[in-house]
Amino acid sequence: MDRRVSVAIGIVFVAFVVGWLMFVSTPRWFSRQQKPVAAAPAPAPPAPPGRKIKARLFYVSEDGTRLTGVEREIAYGEGPLEQAREIISAQIAPVTEPLVSAVPPGTKLRALFMTEGGDAYIDLSREVTAAHTGGTLDETLTVYTLVNALTANLPAITSVQLLVEGKEVDTLSGHVDLRRPLSKNLAWVQ
Amino acid sequence: MNARPLPLFAIALPLVILAGLVASVSSQTPAGPSLTVLAREGRRALPIAMVSDQEFVALDDLAAAFQLTVHEESLGAITVTYKGKTIVLTPEQALASVAGRLVSLPAPPSRSGRRWLVPVEFISRALTLVYDARLDLRKPSRLLVVGDVRVPRILVRYDSLGAGGRLTIDATPRANSTVTQEGERILVKFDADALDAPTPLLPPQTLQAAAPFVRDIRVADNTTIAIDTGPRFGGFRAAAQPADATARLVIDFVSAQTDTTTAPAPPVAPAPQLPPDVPPALTPPASAIRTIAVDPGHGGEDDGVRGAQGTKEKDLALAVARRVKGIVEGRLGIRVLLTRDDDRNIPLDDRTALANNNKADLFISLHANASVRRSAAGATVFLAAFDDSDTEAANKPAPGERVPTVGGGLRDIELVPWNLAQTRHLTQSIEFATILEQQLRTRVPLSVHPIDRAPLRILESANMPAVLLEMGFLSNAEQEKQLTVDVFQVGVAQSIYEAVVRFRDSLNAGGGR
Repeated sequence: MDRRVSVAIGIVFVAFVVGWLMFVSTPRWFSRQQKPVAAAPAPAPPAPPGRKIKARLFYVSEDGTRLTGVEREIAYGEGPLEQAREIISAQIAPVTEPLVSAVPPGTKLRALFMTEGGDAYIDLSREVTAAHTGGTLDETLTVYTLVNALTANLPAITSVQLLVEGKEVDTLSGHVDLRRPLSKNLAWVQ
Repeated sequence: MNARPLPLFAIALPLVILAGLVASVSSQTPAGPSLTVLAREGRRALPIAMVSDQEFVALDDLAAAFQLTVHEESLGAITVTYKGKTIVLTPEQALASVAGRLVSLPAPPSRSGRRWLVPVEFISRALTLVYDARLDLRKPSRLLVVGDVRVPRILVRYDSLGAGGRLTIDATPRANSTVTQEGERILVKFDADALDAPTPLLPPQTLQAAAPFVRDIRVADNTTIAIDTGPRFGGFRAAAQPADATARLVIDFVSAQTDTTTAPAPPVAPAPQLPPDVPPALTPPASAIRTIAVDPGHGGEDDGVRGAQGTKEKDLALAVARRVKGIVEGRLGIRVLLTRDDDRNIPLDDRTALANNNKADLFISLHANASVRRSAAGATVFLAAFDDSDTEAANKPAPGERVPTVGGGLRDIELVPWNLAQTRHLTQSIEFATILEQQLRTRVPLSVHPIDRAPLRILESANMPAVLLEMGFLSNAEQEKQLTVDVFQVGVAQSIYEAVVRFRDSLNAGGGR
């Protein structure tokens, strides 16, 4: 009888242990294991949190008449389109002296898309025209800052057209023709 | 491409054939402006709707004219299909996806009741990429030329020459013409299917000046220009001057009363098709420069650059433009056209159009500069710049289309859009810029880059040597003071005057060509 009781207790104990392992411990262990796996393919940042690439951005030269190329580290983007967005976001971000940007302060990137043929369209907020100093020189520098930022860094992009608030515009402040995509022009870079 | 069934064309053609002039066709349409479609099969008018100052056509009308299928998808996209090739439009997006390629439009599609309207540029930027035949949209004339129809653009100008007068008729692309005299009328018949000519052919004030020799000039039928001779008409001599893509016909009139000593003045001129080497003039041209267009930048609500002391670019540009007009007209007798003579804003294209329509020989746009670097200073002469891709695109026919060997052969200027007109004059623009820089150098401070090139819209469509002068920097406090002073403004105006004299002399001597 005692033996039967001890066998029964043993069975109950084993069943309890197996049950605990199956329903409590293992799922917890699995969930702990899977959490990071599930997070990996999700949004970009966690996987390579600080991954950077070097890109050549453009700022107004000291005498104000040309652009100067400056190598800076910017966030890595998956594929040319994402990378283009990162480059333009970095290019239009505020800078401090001695750097001076030809892109008016407050300009935001609304959208950026590209065609298979290598034309990129940068859609900027209204500040790019409203806050512009005007003048042929500054307008030319603003345009080629953005055109060159993409074409000089991304071989996949051969020309760039600027849009403002989602629309095609004739010019930013009355001078440079923006009705069609413009190609890289390093003559405006020192 | 001849398979397009357009039976209406065949019926309508005899009815509208007298219309001849494209402009007059559009003005005759009672329902408002329309786009005239000229095809081998005939012509038809597509109504134009104005939406926010943009010209739109209905997709339905395009579908009927060009055998397109239009579908509105459940997600809001509009698909336009032609022979299995698809264009996708999205409401509120100024873009079209043409067989996978993205093309920008000046405005998004617009709904009007149950119909969808698209900017007319949809035809030249999107439809042309999938369509079998060449589609040549001539927006200023509201004309769409389909396929190999020969429709030269006609520009007429009249100049008084001593006791006589000269009528110059340019046909682009080149179209040969035959000149005959029938009583008091001279007929110029073009080897073409129709003419793209302005209405009237000569502005009233020019016609008034021409009245002694030319009482009236108009398009008589689809391909003929009729010139009614005036009271002093004593005879004429016609000569053809074929240029690259333009056929120029020069008709010199001889006065009946005063001009009996020279010029035999044959009553009937021979057909002027062959002798390109014959000097066309009775007398050599008095000057290579008769008219200059001076364009004071900005204006009206557009101040341009504003200096820290409140100086506005628009006022400065107008002040100097008036000085240039005074000096050049007063001393040289050259007509100076100002694109604006008061404080108003004029669209960029209208400014260039004024210069082009008046056949100006030189275009000078006046501006003041700005830089985010306050130290930037000095004047810069800007020239137009073009992307290689632009000029390539301009010279390339529509995909899949063989260029017809009409009149002027393979080089067809109609493939060069309006905004590339300056490409033909760059050499002379550079020459003038160099002369102007030399003149400015002795009178005003120059930038470290005194001559620069940029894709400037005001210069691109100028059909003559053209420069844009940035006189100095209003963003520089010291320069702002200088720019407002008389001595400086006179210095700039004097430099322009001297440059015009030298440029004119160079052209008269046969240079710069």
